[in-house]
Amino acid sequence: MSGSFIWTDVNGVRSSDRPFGLASVKKRNFVKLIVTEFRRFVIHDRLSSVSFRTVIPGGLTMNIHEYQAKAILRNFGVPVPEGHVVYNSNSARDWAKRLGEGPYAVKAQIHAGGRGKGGGIKIAKTADEVKQYAREMFGMTLVTPQTGPEGKNVKRVLIEKGCSIDKEFYLSILIDRATNQVTFMASAEGGVDIEEVAAKTPEKIFFEAVDPTLGMTAFQSRKIAFKLGFDIVQVKQAVTLFSNLYKVFVEADCTLLEVNPLVLTQEGTLLCLDAKLNFDDNALFRHLRIRDLRDYDEEDPNEIEASQYDLSYIALDGNIGCLVNGAGLAMATMDIIKHYGGEPANFLDVGGGATIERVTEAFKIILSDEKVQGILVNIFGGIMKCDVIATGVIKAAKQIGVDVPLVVRLEGTNVKKGKQMLAESGLNIIAADGMADAAEKIVKAVQG
Amino acid sequence: MSIMVDSNTKVITQGITGATGLFHAQQCRDYGTQMVGGVTPGKGGSLIDGFPVFNTVEDAAKETGANASVIYVPPVGAADAIVEAVDAGIELVICITEGVPVLDMVKVVEFMKDKPSRLIGPNCPGVITPNQCKIGIMPGYIHKPGPVGIVSRSGTLTYEAVWQLTSRGIGQTTCVGIGGDPVNGTDFLDCLKMFEADPLTKAVIMIGEIGGDAEEQAAEFVKHHMSKPVAAFIAGATAPAGKRMGHAGAIISGGKGDAVSKKAFLRECGVSVADSPAEMSDALLNIWQP
Repeated sequence: MSGSFIWTDVNGVRSSDRPFGLASVKKRNFVKLIVTEFRRFVIHDRLSSVSFRTVIPGGLTMNIHEYQAKAILRNFGVPVPEGHVVYNSNSARDWAKRLGEGPYAVKAQIHAGGRGKGGGIKIAKTADEVKQYAREMFGMTLVTPQTGPEGKNVKRVLIEKGCSIDKEFYLSILIDRATNQVTFMASAEGGVDIEEVAAKTPEKIFFEAVDPTLGMTAFQSRKIAFKLGFDIVQVKQAVTLFSNLYKVFVEADCTLLEVNPLVLTQEGTLLCLDAKLNFDDNALFRHLRIRDLRDYDEEDPNEIEASQYDLSYIALDGNIGCLVNGAGLAMATMDIIKHYGGEPANFLDVGGGATIERVTEAFKIILSDEKVQGILVNIFGGIMKCDVIATGVIKAAKQIGVDVPLVVRLEGTNVKKGKQMLAESGLNIIAADGMADAAEKIVKAVQG
Repeated sequence: MSIMVDSNTKVITQGITGATGLFHAQQCRDYGTQMVGGVTPGKGGSLIDGFPVFNTVEDAAKETGANASVIYVPPVGAADAIVEAVDAGIELVICITEGVPVLDMVKVVEFMKDKPSRLIGPNCPGVITPNQCKIGIMPGYIHKPGPVGIVSRSGTLTYEAVWQLTSRGIGQTTCVGIGGDPVNGTDFLDCLKMFEADPLTKAVIMIGEIGGDAEEQAAEFVKHHMSKPVAAFIAGATAPAGKRMGHAGAIISGGKGDAVSKKAFLRECGVSVADSPAEMSDALLNIWQP
């Protein structure tokens, strides 16, 4: 996680070795100002629900920025550093001044992790330094291990008050698929890549499953806290902290809540130095304010377009576009294209109850990818009737003009009608029987 | 014999007055399933296309003698619909609904722990015993009675496997779509146990996906307790990492979850694994002849 680099990457010095003098914390008007920003996130939509389904497709997870996650945590009484998001370098300096004396953390807000490695996290001693770092970050294309080589443009920067760290810990809450329970995961190996800890020293990670009717109990929090090596004062803080984090998890319908690092300051208090929240897309219908936090700049424009029509679309690097019904069959279609030596350009699941409009839009999205040199339509109809697919294919092909090879494989409900419609459409469609035949035909057509 | 459903199964449809619920209730009735009625709160006492409609599952179960229920209720009310069916004592509850919030399912699964009912799904195609009982959204005509049991996390891939078998003249005892959601009612292990105990089932095809470790648990069972041959396919070998699975989610199952490690483990446990989704029936026929 990104935050782990705040104190370690800057000069290559461990935070605990760093003599930060943060004794004089002068609270000024900044508290009031911060509150106005964060009041927007007061979760008074906690129990609100609406009767329509969100347009964001199921099976995926919505991500938000660090500063937004921290605002939500703060609303639930979870201790996070004081800070503010800014959109230009001048206000970066103003906000630094309002936060009091330095040092400050200047953190680029992008969804990908590993920001420290790409220069997206800096420690500034003065407000002027904050401005200078922020200026460097704005407009910067930040490349981290998670962004891919093309990187992400930085449009928001978080200015935070620095703190003095004694120890770092790892804490997350997630759903354990093996037990079907919400589970806390903690380790005293904080601020590092937790997957590495899991691979090399799994015994250093502790788990605690939560009973949904009891919630996160005090004794379970104490169990984790003692294992992390806390003293009794910190254990008491941890009981409240863990209980509040659990409330965030369930009340905001999270799929992942990760605090890395959770730090113990030299003043002896626990603080969530970084925060990552992922939300269950299927539950966003009851969290409209969280849904509004979606940052479209962070997403592939085609994926956004697809989500408007309830299509699951993920762009890939290949040249064969795929239009498939069902996530499993869509994945298998990608697999079989690769099996026959081709490269899929995308994952696209048109879902069960797809309308003609959705199929048409699916086609437009696939064709808007300039890498696409051929399209494979693979439909095994259950809910999805083959004649609906055929109508969509014909309508889209006529409307947009498909100038790449198009292989269509249909099977299932109303298959005869669907095949007949395609045959009589006058379009140049290569019909296929079975998945292997379809994959071979499209790979051959694309490779010429 | 078969597992879960047969010609004696009586089914009610929760959400029968919705377009999807009604369409599939009709399709299942046409297939020959005993579709005995439905539930839509507020429409009790009415008839829709010959199906009696009830206000509650309790009423429907009492009046019709139904022992199975199929749910097409939208995501916002799906978990409640499952709990209502379980509370009414319905033995087999099949939730087709896609998009049920995962924390709703965590509560449902906890509620069901000491209950005798079995839940299939959510986000699944349903269960079919060919020529006897079809509950769900699968196209009936691709199935044929015979000796192979099928269990799958994916709807359309199940149809693919069924069609490959039927095209070769090989039929199925029962096909179960357990659904692709991370928290669900019935897993591979439950189904393999039932197929192992069912005298008519002679071989099994299991269709998994990336993520979680349900396939690995099933493979362990195959290795130690299964006398019948099992073939498998795992979808998602080319899926980009991190798009569907959170990193932390992969850790908790011990780093398992990608297609390569799943396939390798299944092979280690004696399962015949298909590398291509077009070869699911071939993978079975490599180790078993009907």
